[in-house]
Amino acid sequence: MNNQLSTINNSWETVIGVEVHVETNTKSKMFCGCSADYFGAKPNTHTCPVCLGLPGALPYINQEALEKCMQIGLALGCEIREHSLFERKNYFYPDLPKGYQISQYRWPLCVNGSIEIDGDDGEKIVRINRAHQEEDTGKLTHVGTQTFIDFNRSGLPLVEIVTEPDFRSSKEVRDYAKKLQQIIKSIGVSDANMERGDMRLEANVSVRQKGQKDLPNYRVELKNINSFKFIGDAIDYEVERQIRLLEKGEKITLQTRGYNENKKETFLQRVKEEANDYRYFPEPDLPALLTKKADVDRISASLPKLPEQKIQELALLGVPPISGATLVRQGMDVIFNDLAPKAQEIDIDARATANFIINKINEVRGKTIEELITDMKAIKSGQIADKSQLDKLAKEAIGQNPQSVSAYKAGKTNAIQVLIGSVMKKTRGMADAKKVKIILEQLLK
Amino acid sequence: MNDATSLSLTQTIGLIKQKKISTKEINNLYLKRIGKLNPKLNAFLSVNSKSDKIPAAIKDLISVKNLPMTLGSKILEGYIPPYNATVIERLITNGVSTIGKTNLDEFAMGSSGENSAYGSTKNPRNLKKVPGGTSSGSAVAVAADLCTFALGTDTGGSIRQPASFCGVVGLKPSYGRVPRYGAQAMTSSLDQIGPITKTVEDARLVLNWIAGPDGFDNNCVEPNGQLKNNKRQNLKGLKIGIPIEYFTKGLDQGVEKVINTALNKLKGLGAQIVEVSLPHTLFAIATYYLIVSSEISSNLARYDGLRFGKGRGNFGPEPKRRIMLGTFALSAGYFDDYFIKAAKVRTLIKQDFDKAFEKCDIIAGPVSPTVAWDLGEKNSDPLAMYLSDIYTIPASLAGIPGLSVPCGFSAGLPVGLQLLGKYMDEETLLSVGEIYQSATDWCKEKPNLN
Repeated sequence: MNNQLSTINNSWETVIGVEVHVETNTKSKMFCGCSADYFGAKPNTHTCPVCLGLPGALPYINQEALEKCMQIGLALGCEIREHSLFERKNYFYPDLPKGYQISQYRWPLCVNGSIEIDGDDGEKIVRINRAHQEEDTGKLTHVGTQTFIDFNRSGLPLVEIVTEPDFRSSKEVRDYAKKLQQIIKSIGVSDANMERGDMRLEANVSVRQKGQKDLPNYRVELKNINSFKFIGDAIDYEVERQIRLLEKGEKITLQTRGYNENKKETFLQRVKEEANDYRYFPEPDLPALLTKKADVDRISASLPKLPEQKIQELALLGVPPISGATLVRQGMDVIFNDLAPKAQEIDIDARATANFIINKINEVRGKTIEELITDMKAIKSGQIADKSQLDKLAKEAIGQNPQSVSAYKAGKTNAIQVLIGSVMKKTRGMADAKKVKIILEQLLK
Repeated sequence: MNDATSLSLTQTIGLIKQKKISTKEINNLYLKRIGKLNPKLNAFLSVNSKSDKIPAAIKDLISVKNLPMTLGSKILEGYIPPYNATVIERLITNGVSTIGKTNLDEFAMGSSGENSAYGSTKNPRNLKKVPGGTSSGSAVAVAADLCTFALGTDTGGSIRQPASFCGVVGLKPSYGRVPRYGAQAMTSSLDQIGPITKTVEDARLVLNWIAGPDGFDNNCVEPNGQLKNNKRQNLKGLKIGIPIEYFTKGLDQGVEKVINTALNKLKGLGAQIVEVSLPHTLFAIATYYLIVSSEISSNLARYDGLRFGKGRGNFGPEPKRRIMLGTFALSAGYFDDYFIKAAKVRTLIKQDFDKAFEKCDIIAGPVSPTVAWDLGEKNSDPLAMYLSDIYTIPASLAGIPGLSVPCGFSAGLPVGLQLLGKYMDEETLLSVGEIYQSATDWCKEKPNLN
């Protein structure tokens, strides 16, 4: 299929906007006192009149949830609006006990943010339209002809993060989703576990002729896909499917599609004849939200460092960005920060310390800083003790790289790097590069 | 005097404290009277024979744990709430028990008490007349001495108007004074729970019991929920505003005469009467029905028959009418023309009152343009029914408190004097009501039911 399309693909451009829902880890639900720690609990044991939508029950705003929503907003560079509002999104579904979802629409809490991703053509800024607060629904389980409803999840706080249609490929979407997940984990507002449903992705996919500026007059929503890989695969499939249809002159309607991981194809879930009319209106049970600047400043100041920031700081210490990213992703940057100063005392630099941690990630986790220093000393002393061995390997390297040797002797001192590399390779990295250099320089005199 | 059932709440508490009567005896007397009169009046939808504290009647859209709740609708028949409304918890704390759940217009939609799926409540002054609505059963239960006091809810006049039609006291508190938690929402941005009582001082007592934030109603924000009890001793220096728009065509002449007499009485007691204008009164009803219908169409969406109650086919005609109107008003393409415009007019109406209160301390006028009408008279004309709430709706839209106090009779039927106060100034309202009441005998006029 790829080959058939490779010629025509060039005239089309993919347009994707992404909506991500994140369940934040508050103590209680969004609008009632029920415990939000429901995972694995017996169905319908974390419920009350409010999250069951019983007659007379009313919502009451959970301030902790709003703070976490603002943390996400601030981490994405959003502006926190002084005046925002909850609205009701009216629609019928059995998992929605009130017949409406309390959400935000015209006046969201966080707006106009951005995030930097690795784009197809290098670094790229994706615009965040909004991050707003809403509530989760119950969960339906279908067994044969019966359907069961569990309201434990009903009323959990959800933050919806909506981008502008700035993505041009599945790769960009995947990179965004991964970065977003890292940010959310690092500020500690959610585990952002995709399999558990803490974080859910939706991509609005369409294609247009290259050069066209307007948004296409249709879009296909890809929903209920719970892994980075599958959302990427689904987008790739969908883009090709749409191009094929448009090439044939067919019209694509507004629709929602799922992804079948086994067949590796998207499938139709619902055709929308026109945009759903959710009859949004200001939630009359709740006051308008007034966010004071002092609160925004306080939350902003208390935000932990973001992954990008941490990687940059590691780079300033001498850790290459790729190693830095690994440390941060694995959550090992904390150990690094503890270990590096002590390693420095025994003359081991930041780069080596980072490599040490990355190479022995599973061992490192269970050990104290003192134990790790002992390990590092052993390796270092092991390298020194083998000086005759290093001499032997250095001589081998000199014999095997005559061109580098003559280049070095002709004054191109940089050529020694090839020889150092050769020795390091022979020791499988177990040598001190500085020492190897000294040995080589002596041998080449 | 009949027996202890004719006593006010305050008097009853006094007798119990003096150990002249026990709560058990009180309940027995009321239960006996309910057994005798309820078949004629249809005020109660269910009676709690286990009531053993000071007996109160509760409008049947306020949740009382383990007592059936119908909302006056077939759709909720058989539903038993698993929790107490905040106001019920607070009444229990103050030694009150629920003697029964009272009849109402279905989902609190109506102006006559006739919209109940369980039959109309009858006016104890004249069984052929409507009792007013929607807190019809609560007003009748108080007027006919079937309880010491009752709770109702008021969205556009549902406490004040039936209190007026039945000759008892009714208070709609400021929006945000009393927590709504546990009362089925009709119009969330307007609904307030309030007392219907035999005297104004009883209304003050009950308000103090039930007012103040509860952590469940996010719009109940007045931190000083309780009144400070710095009562006015007289009306000297008090300015009472009379809205010219409330004394025009449409106001029944008999009612106007009674109200004017009441205003003269207030003047005689030392108050100064000033004319004020509420120019947007004319638009209040259209505005009100757009907001009400819009919110209803959403508030009633939970009645899907999946978790409780029956299927939607069991909605009566008035809920169906308002669900359809509201769904339309909120629809894309109409939202700005209807809902948003109504919200703007609502602000103008509120500003009318702000301006009027620059010239006066309270506003006085009739509760309703007429006295109670014949049962069935307006059933075929919903619009005529809507128009009867012209004097109560504007205050609801403005969120200010309103009190209905008995002030005389026209054509043998009670007339209520409506006093409107500044936002969260129930104190002045109740003080004026108390002073007027102690200078007149209207609260002592009981219906003849024997």
